[in-house]
Amino acid sequence: MSGILSRYDQGPFFCEIMGQAGTTAVEHTTAIRERLAQLDLAALQRRSEDAERELYNLGITFTVYSEKDAIDRILPFDVIPRILSRDDWAHLEAGVIQRVTAINLFLADVYGPQHALKDGIVPAELVLGNSNYRPEMIGVKVAHGAYTNICGIDVVRDDKGRFMVLEDNARTPSGVSYVLENRNMMLRAFPDLTTDISIRPVDNYGPKLQEAMVEIAPEGVADPQVVLLSPGTYNSAYFEHIFLAREMGVPLVEGRDLVVENDRVYMKTTGGLERVHTIYRRLNDDFLDPEAFRPDSTLGVPGLMRAYRAGNVALANSVGTGVADDKAVYAYMPRLIKYYMEQEAILDNVQTNICREADALAYTLDNLDKLVVKPVAESGGYGITVGPKASKEELEVCRASLLADPANYISQPTIQLSVCPTLVEGEVEPRHVDLRPFAITGKSTWVLPGGLTRVALRRGSLVVNSSQGGGSKDTWVLG
Amino acid sequence: MARLLARFAEDMFWLARNMERAENLARILDVNETFSRDARGSQNWLSIVQLHAGAEGFFKKHQAATANAVINYYLLDPENSSSIAYCLKAARDNARTLRPLLSTELWTQANMFHAWIRTLTPADIGRADLSRLCSKIKEGCQTHTGILEGTLYRDEGWYFYQLGKLIERADQATRLLDIKYHMLLPSAAEVGSPLDVSQWNALLRSAAGYHAYRRVQPRGMSPASVAGFLIFNNAFPRSVAVSIATIDEIVVRLRQRYGLRAGNQTLEILDGLRGTLANRSIDMVLGGGLHEFLDWIQLQLIAITDDLGKSFFGHPPASQVQAQVA
Repeated sequence: MSGILSRYDQGPFFCEIMGQAGTTAVEHTTAIRERLAQLDLAALQRRSEDAERELYNLGITFTVYSEKDAIDRILPFDVIPRILSRDDWAHLEAGVIQRVTAINLFLADVYGPQHALKDGIVPAELVLGNSNYRPEMIGVKVAHGAYTNICGIDVVRDDKGRFMVLEDNARTPSGVSYVLENRNMMLRAFPDLTTDISIRPVDNYGPKLQEAMVEIAPEGVADPQVVLLSPGTYNSAYFEHIFLAREMGVPLVEGRDLVVENDRVYMKTTGGLERVHTIYRRLNDDFLDPEAFRPDSTLGVPGLMRAYRAGNVALANSVGTGVADDKAVYAYMPRLIKYYMEQEAILDNVQTNICREADALAYTLDNLDKLVVKPVAESGGYGITVGPKASKEELEVCRASLLADPANYISQPTIQLSVCPTLVEGEVEPRHVDLRPFAITGKSTWVLPGGLTRVALRRGSLVVNSSQGGGSKDTWVLG
Repeated sequence: MARLLARFAEDMFWLARNMERAENLARILDVNETFSRDARGSQNWLSIVQLHAGAEGFFKKHQAATANAVINYYLLDPENSSSIAYCLKAARDNARTLRPLLSTELWTQANMFHAWIRTLTPADIGRADLSRLCSKIKEGCQTHTGILEGTLYRDEGWYFYQLGKLIERADQATRLLDIKYHMLLPSAAEVGSPLDVSQWNALLRSAAGYHAYRRVQPRGMSPASVAGFLIFNNAFPRSVAVSIATIDEIVVRLRQRYGLRAGNQTLEILDGLRGTLANRSIDMVLGGGLHEFLDWIQLQLIAITDDLGKSFFGHPPASQVQAQVA
């Protein structure tokens, strides 16, 4: 092999373009490998710089706050795509739909009859004592039983190439804007790479989302008014909020633009108040309504929960979905799939030790240097201890935290995450990746082909979060 | 399609004002640089500070109104709300909020323009570079205007943008005249002197109005005719008269097309302004005091802005504001 892959060594890992280590390269990427072989590093580097400059100029950024300034950063974009075969995708798609279905059945149960708790499938205190559990949701009717209308399921592959679910994001998953913008960028920057290869398109995400928002609107409204509710311009995901509002062609509102009168929601326009029927909210439960939740928050809309409970407005996602994507509840998901759907889970979980259980805690403490320990309440990669990479001191800190509050932690074996060739500092090297497919649920569930591939840009790092220096890649599902 | 959010209407209005203001600040700095190449140079730079009623803020930071201090304060100082850097940052913030409504090209240019101005340091804005720099800023603002003209979807938001642009333009025309007429001329004896004529010439050029003026006045140049041109000419796009007439048209069309009922007070003020402009000659204005007249126009523009706030942007009426304060 010549060109940019000539010196590429995937190591012991499964590679998203080459396949399993020690075997011949997978067939479905042949055409793409041949094209990559024709690119030289300097040209690739140049195009990569062009692409990143364009992202910055377009303001496709997330915002990091320092003491003095808001700094816009781009999510570093890697120009070598990650490629999924048609069969792999069919498997993933079916697995995601099954998982989302189970999550919605679980939420309907938790805020309804609570069969799974009574039958002991999930410990009741794990659900009812969870900080994301919202008793305000009991008895609220949700259209089509769709609680998590927008759901992101984080998936990784092990050294055999097997897909496993790492985490469910049932609240307000971010990142879909990068999926669409990365694709735009690739199509423009690499005509030679993308011509005549059948890549499943991603640009119908906006219309699909809009369709679902209309499907969940209160009954009897002929032409429902949908809005996207953002915490505002200082939010780190503000670009995504703009992006989604624009893709759906709906107003991007903030809490101060909305008002509740007679349990109905209105937005303030130049001509006075206008009725709103569906809110895609990118605001956490806590901030949604100071009457119902945090009274000190000014980001939300006083009375919104009253309007919601009265059935006069739909919220996407529904309130209280966080109880299903909790890292502790996650461990029970395969059993919940079986319980509600009488099916085996199509996508396995990563083996998970629930430290609230004595055996799991003991096992975790004995194997700290081999395990990843995660607090169940945090997101964004904070508070995670990666055992094999941690210093002695870090492991001792972790041990103390575990002993102080075992119920706050789970542990998992370190998965040898798959890698993908990635342009780093002028060289193409393997870097670890994960994948977040996005599922939209209204009357039924649809999965955007592909999803967000995040890549750990530091050599050997398994942490792909943008807040921890990760980047992203375009994800191609071959058609 | 949904009505325009009140907050977006206001951001549109201010996006236009901030951009227009940055452009006019560049014009003022540019023309002043030309004015100041004489014995009274230092006094001339002080006039810019006075023009923006910014003496207090300025002298907190600078001991004297030297060329460098004034240029730095009005071009780069991010804390001075009358600086170009501040206006462009504010415009970029408006554009960022408005992104769902703006074309990608319009946003990208505002974003890049702001990123560029942020890279400037005091070393880049010496007097030798000032004119070139002001040209670049004007060009950036005009590129914005051009992209907007060619790409912005013409719904309600477009009308509010036009209102902001025109109100700011009328306001700035009065300021530009004021700086020359009120501050610069040392004595009546110098009226019509070569120095005086060259300053009016520079002022006209800074308003991009020299050639247009020549078409109206092929020969000579008097303070009265230049001031008259910038106030009353009904074909020059930066004149007060054209701005006021267009504001009036825009408000009427906005109300008709979108069935908006508010804005009555704005229309009344506009009637008064148009009547005054139609019934007065430049000699009558000069007789009564140019500065006083320009001041009156500025107050009318402020009153219009207040009424737009109450009528369309969801600001509480004045009585309510007082009640809240009490």
